Amino acid sequence: MDSGARPNKSLDASTVTSWVRGRGVYVAFVVLVIFNLIVTPNFASVVTLSTLLITVSPIVLVSLGVALTIGTEGIDLSVGSVMALASAFLPLYLGYGWPVGLSVALLVGVLAGLVNGSLVAFVGVQPIIATLAMLVGGRGLAQIFAGGQSLPVTDPVILWLGQGRLFGLPAPVIVAAVAVLVVGFLVRRTTFGRYVVAIGGNRSASYLSGHPVRRTLLAVYVISGLLAALAGVVATARLGASDPSNIGLLIELSAITAVVVGGTPLSGGRVKVVGTVMGALLIQLISNTFIANDLPFTWAQVLTAAIILVAVYLQKGRGVV
Amino acid sequence: MEQDSPILEVRRVTKRFPGVLALDGVSFDLRPGEVHALVGENGAGKSTLIKVVTGVYRPDEGQILFNGEEVTFAEPRESQAAGISTIYQEINLIPLLSVAQNVFLGREPRNSLGMIDKARMNRDAAEILERYGIRADVTAPLRSLGLGVQQMVAIARAISVDARAVIMDEPTSSLEAREVETLFGVIGQLREEGVGVIYVSHRLEELYEICDRVTVLRDGRVAHTGDLAELSRLQLIAHMLGRELSEVQEEGATGFGGEHETAREPVLVAQSLSQRPRLHEVSFDVHPGEVVGLAGLLGAGRTETAKAIFGAEPIDSGSVRVEGKDIKTGSPGAAIRAGIAFLPEDRKLEGIIPDLSVRENIVAAALPKLARAGLVSEKAQDDLVEEFMQSLGIKASSPNQPVRELSGGNQQKVLLARWMCMNPKVLILDEPTRGIDIGAKVEIQKLVDDLAAKGLGIILISSEVDEITEGSDRVVALRDGTVVGLLSEDEITESNLMALLAHGEDSGHGGQETREDADG
Amino acid sequence: MSTGSADTEGLGGSPAWRERLFTTLQRRGAIVVLILVVAVSAVVFDNFLTEQNLENIVLQGAFLGLIVVGMTFVIISGGIDLSVGSMVGLGGILAALTVQVSWPLALILPPLVCGLIGFGNGLLIARAKMAPFIVTLAGLLGIRGLALALANEKPIGIGGSSPFDWFGQGQILGISVPVFFVIIAFAVGGLVLARTSYGRIIFAIGGSEESARLMGLPVDRTKVIAYTTSGALAGFAGALLAARLSAGDPNAGLAWELDAISAVVVGGTLLTGGAGTMSGSLAGVLLLSILQNLINQLGTLGSYAQQVVSGFFLIIVVVVQAYLSRKER
Repeated sequence: MDSGARPNKSLDASTVTSWVRGRGVYVAFVVLVIFNLIVTPNFASVVTLSTLLITVSPIVLVSLGVALTIGTEGIDLSVGSVMALASAFLPLYLGYGWPVGLSVALLVGVLAGLVNGSLVAFVGVQPIIATLAMLVGGRGLAQIFAGGQSLPVTDPVILWLGQGRLFGLPAPVIVAAVAVLVVGFLVRRTTFGRYVVAIGGNRSASYLSGHPVRRTLLAVYVISGLLAALAGVVATARLGASDPSNIGLLIELSAITAVVVGGTPLSGGRVKVVGTVMGALLIQLISNTFIANDLPFTWAQVLTAAIILVAVYLQKGRGVV
Repeated sequence: MEQDSPILEVRRVTKRFPGVLALDGVSFDLRPGEVHALVGENGAGKSTLIKVVTGVYRPDEGQILFNGEEVTFAEPRESQAAGISTIYQEINLIPLLSVAQNVFLGREPRNSLGMIDKARMNRDAAEILERYGIRADVTAPLRSLGLGVQQMVAIARAISVDARAVIMDEPTSSLEAREVETLFGVIGQLREEGVGVIYVSHRLEELYEICDRVTVLRDGRVAHTGDLAELSRLQLIAHMLGRELSEVQEEGATGFGGEHETAREPVLVAQSLSQRPRLHEVSFDVHPGEVVGLAGLLGAGRTETAKAIFGAEPIDSGSVRVEGKDIKTGSPGAAIRAGIAFLPEDRKLEGIIPDLSVRENIVAAALPKLARAGLVSEKAQDDLVEEFMQSLGIKASSPNQPVRELSGGNQQKVLLARWMCMNPKVLILDEPTRGIDIGAKVEIQKLVDDLAAKGLGIILISSEVDEITEGSDRVVALRDGTVVGLLSEDEITESNLMALLAHGEDSGHGGQETREDADG
Repeated sequence: MSTGSADTEGLGGSPAWRERLFTTLQRRGAIVVLILVVAVSAVVFDNFLTEQNLENIVLQGAFLGLIVVGMTFVIISGGIDLSVGSMVGLGGILAALTVQVSWPLALILPPLVCGLIGFGNGLLIARAKMAPFIVTLAGLLGIRGLALALANEKPIGIGGSSPFDWFGQGQILGISVPVFFVIIAFAVGGLVLARTSYGRIIFAIGGSEESARLMGLPVDRTKVIAYTTSGALAGFAGALLAARLSAGDPNAGLAWELDAISAVVVGGTLLTGGAGTMSGSLAGVLLLSILQNLINQLGTLGSYAQQVVSGFFLIIVVVVQAYLSRKER
């Protein structure tokens, strides 16, 4: 079993493929950027870049949470509905001041995460089903609480979160960047991060090593709920109004795509934070490319689907020695 | 029968895996009506050979002849259709389906409409089981049956397809003595019907009881083929180990040394552990520097006892005390904090985290100790990993290598390192040498000795009698979840142990006394 | 194990009667709940048992029902098919695009094309060993994109009353044609699942794929057939829906994969595979359909409440399932 120890200095074909496998998402991103620089008019402009970053911010936020759940061999399908819930609740309590409104919106996300996490960690329901129920029911609840309406948001502090800038950087991008740093830190440097990948890698072994399996699982879904609620707040602020019918609709698909394309295996045991961000950027850039070049947008969806398949197909080979 | 042309012939087969030569020009033949033992240490190539014959793997070189014709099986399905049946060590049946459905899966009897004839299927299944003396409700879901019965169902399925060759891979590992007898009866019938049986087992007594010929594999090559009757046990072991005969006689089969000095106060006291229906009032203690062997047949409650002490399974009643203090039961975390370490039996399922690195696997249990406010200290972690990789001689390309790429023995050492870096007071070893090659086995046995010498209390669970008798300072014998006896240092002999396991203390064994305090 | 060497109550297993109780609850729970709901509704709502209302309920569930038959096979085999909702959309568009050419083609092409896509899904899952979840998720995205692109993102009307309309709006023996087809689908599906070798192999794969392979069962082929069937049925459902609505809507069937999974799971099929029944799935579809009907009758809550109830209902069922299977252990 010394195959791993073999020095591999020559640059043969297998080295190249394995290099591409590990960094496929970066390669694809760079290729797409070059393509755009040549083809898309005005691509290399501040406006284009900032539009890309602003639109991708909510996806990055929910993708981070989804990446953590996938790392534990789970999944969170409910992120879009949790965004809708947060969006519905945000305007309801803004009358008491923005701290209350914001706290309530985020608390709703935490509660949804607690429900998901309890079902997964304590009842033993499969993550896909527990969060599917929240996906179906959550949006319905959001619409009921919002009375089926879209309510305006006028609080300047909240609006800043969606539309403001700091040192020239759009606020949603700052929020997303902070979230990336925090989650990256959690994953790389803390015991919590180790527990996440250990549980995803082998749950019984992790349990028998004394890891707090249930608590960690619960925390993972709560974090995912919180990040989704944050994404809901940012998206609502950007619109200037709550929109429980449309905010976050189908975003779980983009998030899962971003996570998987970014190199986190669906079978858990690994969490790629930077890869996830790149994955989100990649799929957003694909849509933007199609829109900017007046191509039928729906083909972007087809292309994304193909990219998922290729990414997963390549990932599959990596597990084998 | 010697003159019969072989049913199955393997000619100079070679099979390579990345970095490993699993089979190196192996030749082997199976004659009608013979039981052919296939033995060798783990990693010798037995499973690979079986998988090549049954079409799970394709050989890189060489030929396979079945009934005199060259065959290439692309899938297990094709070898089965040709007439080779296999019974795997891990029972490969479908737990949610009934016994009858399992027996006939994929070849169900049909009625005139082409639909499955359930009544006939159940009837036929009952008949087949009956014929081989297996007692089970054929409509019951398989998972509601005991492991032994499940294994018998697997055997019934395999032999009911009119196979010409039957491969049995460790068929008795989950059977009890009586079931083994039933199995041997079945093998006898097969032999009379002219079926060839390849019998893989580690249990030497069984080999000598039913096998005609033996092929010994070592490091992917055939080390010996011949009539079993002409080979003494020691010669057989010598072939398997690739050692000189004199060496084996001198050292014994294990790496254990002599006895240990033990302290007066017990480090661990297990009191009246009950987990119905598996454990009943199990009590015993372990002193520092002492190896306590937990002996018992399959299902006697050894692993359950270990898991109850470690908190991996909830218990109905009872207590566990470490150095005089009660610890919270049902929580591995509490047990670990109290200084208990547990090396589980199933390395793959409960031990290693395959995709994580050697480093991360070693520090898995020590994470809370290595962290301040939830932050892992990289420096402390690397020092620890370095220390134990060296002291245990873990062979890996680097601490970053995924642990799944390591050999079984090295994986086991990684798991030992995981617990040793916790400085435990009590170490529970559940089958620590199962499934690892003989070299690593001896190393681990020596290590157990060293650890005891350093003052650890060790609970050793093993199915190998010599490991228990040579490795333990005291033996606690379990049967049906109850302590049936206790052997002290000078009472530990194979015959005493066997007598205890077979009959319990009440029947006596060679006039020696058993200590009464075991039943607490 | 002192009671006997081959006793049915061995260690490591639970007593057979408990196993049976678990299995029965698992399999028949949905039917019991269905009967209760129907009985209560019949008492509480005057117009529940009217012929018109019952027909509405059944017709509402018919298109979903076709998908559920395929989904039941897929889930029992231990997989999942998220692409069926999009296939309904694609099927409808294909029918709308070809109905002017020839109406039989409009019936045949959708199941054929979607069956082929399902075949592709199956190959990726069985041969390339990719996770069903992700393969069909890609299908969900890609097929919907394809449907939208083919339709220029707008519904395509089916003008005139061609014979094609009859398949959505006509009647056979007094029942709607789509209902007729879904009855056939459930009957055939149920028979195949319970009484053929193919059905047993589906269960075996879901119970333990590795064992099924080592037992020499045709695992890959069986899985590919399951996904192909699932795709073909979804495409056919799309065609029938287009005939019903006299239009192909590229957004038809949106999120139906969730309803289908709910119906199958509510019907007692284990999402982990290896256990389930077609009759349970049928009960699951009818339950979802009745819930929707009742909520419509209550009027004030609208479709939002229906989603909440469906989600809640799904949770209840899986919690009970989890509880039962834990008891059993």
